[in-house]
Amino acid sequence: MTATPVARAAAAPGRSAGDRGDVARLPGALGTGLALGRLEVRAFFRERQTVVFVFALPVILLVMLGSIFGHEVTGHGISVGAVFAAGMIAGGAAAASFQNLGLNIAAERDRGVLKRLRGTPMAPAAYFIGKVILVLVCVVAEVAVLMAVGVAFYHLHLPSSAGRWWTLAWVLGLGTVACSLAGIAISSLPRSGTNAGPVIMLPFVVLQFISGVYVPFNDVPPWLQHIAALFPLKWMSQGLRSVFLPSAAAALEPAHSWQLGDVALVLAAWIAGGLVLCLKTFRWLPRRDG
Amino acid sequence: MTEDPVIQVRGLRKSYGATVAVDGVDLDIFHGEVVALLGPNGAGKTTTVEILEGYRHRDGGTVTVFGEDPQHSGRNRRWRARIGIVLQLTGELELTVAEIVGQYAGFYPRPRDPADVIELVGLRGLEGRRAQQLSGGQRRRLDVALGIVGRPELLFLDEPTTGFDPEARRQFWDLIKQLAADGTTILLTTHYLAEAEALADRVAVLAAGRVAATGTPDSLGDRAGAPALVCWDAPDGRQAVTTATPTKVVAELAAAAGGGEVPGLTVTRPSLEDVYLELIGANK
Repeated sequence: MTATPVARAAAAPGRSAGDRGDVARLPGALGTGLALGRLEVRAFFRERQTVVFVFALPVILLVMLGSIFGHEVTGHGISVGAVFAAGMIAGGAAAASFQNLGLNIAAERDRGVLKRLRGTPMAPAAYFIGKVILVLVCVVAEVAVLMAVGVAFYHLHLPSSAGRWWTLAWVLGLGTVACSLAGIAISSLPRSGTNAGPVIMLPFVVLQFISGVYVPFNDVPPWLQHIAALFPLKWMSQGLRSVFLPSAAAALEPAHSWQLGDVALVLAAWIAGGLVLCLKTFRWLPRRDG
Repeated sequence: MTEDPVIQVRGLRKSYGATVAVDGVDLDIFHGEVVALLGPNGAGKTTTVEILEGYRHRDGGTVTVFGEDPQHSGRNRRWRARIGIVLQLTGELELTVAEIVGQYAGFYPRPRDPADVIELVGLRGLEGRRAQQLSGGQRRRLDVALGIVGRPELLFLDEPTTGFDPEARRQFWDLIKQLAADGTTILLTTHYLAEAEALADRVAVLAAGRVAATGTPDSLGDRAGAPALVCWDAPDGRQAVTTATPTKVVAELAAAAGGGEVPGLTVTRPSLEDVYLELIGANK
């Protein structure tokens, strides 16, 4: 250690205050958020555990389910592989948003990262902009990989019209926002970082079973279908089936139609509710800090 | 002093349920001072500091930091920019030293150069290392780097050298002395008396949620005026006299020795530790 940096640092304030007027500007939320987003993405892909559990798991499950059941064809001439692929794309998007943010923010809160950020002049919005970028990159990459695997091996067809691409975009867009907000909200629930896994993963795995991700939705018992209909994942996977399956497959849905209007409504309701919940419950300090 | 204190605390109170953590703390800290809050675990040090940092709400009393109430200014970004907080964290694990320091520099209007800060805390050469690969002591230096990168006018350090080896502690003290020489006002909590003695202009001893005594490390608890212990070796063994007038005793001994050396002569005042133990014991 030498004294030089302090001497240099001590000289700087006078200079910069003179240059920029009396009050130096606080960095804006957007610029800081974009910088945070870059670091978020880097940190995500450096941590093997999150890459495996959040990113690789849906791909592995698609390969497993697709290899076991994917070459069957339903009575309506629809490839089961494509049904799984469509569901897994919904599940992957939810993993990259809900599960990713839930675990990530719970860990950051537990390790005191949020507390430290809260002690700086960082604009709070910057933190969330960083998370938006993280989720955006993860969801786009996850969906791209799952689509590529589905097309290559499991009879998935890319959307056949501009209308279907548009449906893909808005279902994934609304679904990702709804899942992200739910993830941020649920991150406050675990009492510690080590509890976060079970608290977040258990409901997520159950939802994937009953929402048409691991099991085709028309094979799910009606009473579980009704429970699934309360959550966004069922509507995301239904919306994505409308994108990737032939129109005739709508007959297999419980309502015998894709119900895209309802998909939009339910996802929008989750976004509104999730936003209120996040604003009311988000905490920067660990729960043990009172 | 006529200037407004950087920190002013009057009658601060805070309870957790039935447990009273802070029970009427008064404290003034002025610009450029280094003040150490000493006290045993549970004396209310951390609670007091976290209220000053705007992390916690208080139950009673008044608190101002830079003239503002931290309870209301905790979200005031300009107020935050004047304050540095050093927290002990395991923190950001996957990012490198340079990435994390650069990230935090980006939060402030007039940050220090991240490379300078990294050098200042003694992490030069480790810029590319991820936080999780740092040793405990190196991680604490990173914590300090994040606390000072915004060029704070006021720095909070909560037990900054816990777990340091003696050499690392010495280096850390040099760093704090440099920051103080730079004009940074510093409030640190510690339970190392040597640390308070080495760094602090003023010490406040907290016991059972109150300030039991405050003063310079030398004068704390009237240490300078307390009776001294004079010891020397006499032909019939070691002698010890407790006296309010040690100079007189030593002069008499010197005269008796006929101008020669008094063998084994020592004069000791109560150490800071003696005073401290008495203060916290008396208040239990």
